Amino acid sequence: MKFFDFLPYLIVCAGVTYLVRMLPMVLMRGKIKNRFILSFLHYIPYSVLTVMTVPAIFYSTSSPISAAAGFGAALVLAFMDKGLLKVAAISCGAALLAELIMNYVI
Amino acid sequence: MTELNSFKKGIADGIPICLGYLAVSFAFGISAVSGGFSVFEALLMSMANVTSAGQLAAVPIIASYGTFAELAVTQLVINLRYSLMSVSLSQKLGKSVSLADRFLISFVNTDEVFAVASAQRGTVGRKYLFGLILTPYVGWSVGTLAGAAAGNVLPAILISALGLAIYGMFVAIVVPDARRERAVALCAVFSAVLSCIFRYTPALSRIPSGFVIIICAVFASALFAAFCPIKTEESEEHDA
Repeated sequence: MKFFDFLPYLIVCAGVTYLVRMLPMVLMRGKIKNRFILSFLHYIPYSVLTVMTVPAIFYSTSSPISAAAGFGAALVLAFMDKGLLKVAAISCGAALLAELIMNYVI
Repeated sequence: MTELNSFKKGIADGIPICLGYLAVSFAFGISAVSGGFSVFEALLMSMANVTSAGQLAAVPIIASYGTFAELAVTQLVINLRYSLMSVSLSQKLGKSVSLADRFLISFVNTDEVFAVASAQRGTVGRKYLFGLILTPYVGWSVGTLAGAAAGNVLPAILISALGLAIYGMFVAIVVPDARRERAVALCAVFSAVLSCIFRYTPALSRIPSGFVIIICAVFASALFAAFCPIKTEESEEHDA
């Protein structure tokens, strides 16, 4: 597509995305005191991340089986308090291993 | 409470995000070019948006010359969850973060940056956050460029396995805290069940995933805030 056709799309897309992120952070400058809202915000990261992970993680590789292998590895390592990088890397490794076994062994 | 404000620590904490992003943005680069974007356009998309799901959804709309309204509404729905994250993160920001800093930090307030910043004890300062957004931003841009320019050099099986990187990170953030705090564990399990209900119930599965994230997260968090409120300085004074 021509660059000058693309440009207005880029501006709309990035503009909406930025406003959604920027407005709450710029407008919410005081410290919230309300206990319910503080509690709500305490749980938000965990609920958002979990909703994004389950069940989507099972569709993140070419087969739910290799994804489950990676997910299982991630759960065990995270439970043992290994850092982000280790958990992410070994979880990819487990999925790769599972795919290799599925493709070449079974 | 102490403020975490080391640029070096931010850069270091950003490295796992950066590696995950290299994989995901690489995949985005490939799909953008196969959807009709030039390499330069794919790179601009990543540098201006810094979203994964949002960008992926935008490619077919832009490539087919869709309407601006369609594009804007899609982005709003998919990315509205960032509003929740920005509100949440606004409460974690230390005194060193100025108003001008907020305009910059919010630009790269991605799921992963938010998750890592939230996981810190105490507040986070401007230098730490600048470090934390720099490495992922570079990874996101470089990965897109590489995927768009030379997407087909990696074997498919490797790209497939790398798809797990981001989710592995999410697991690494939620599980340790769930182990330490029972209510967090229950909230995570409840959120997962809700999310599966939305995904596998035929009538509900048509709801766009951006909305599903918001509905499930708001419901689960509100429920646990009501029944398992956290201890605050004030509640300790008044409730004790």
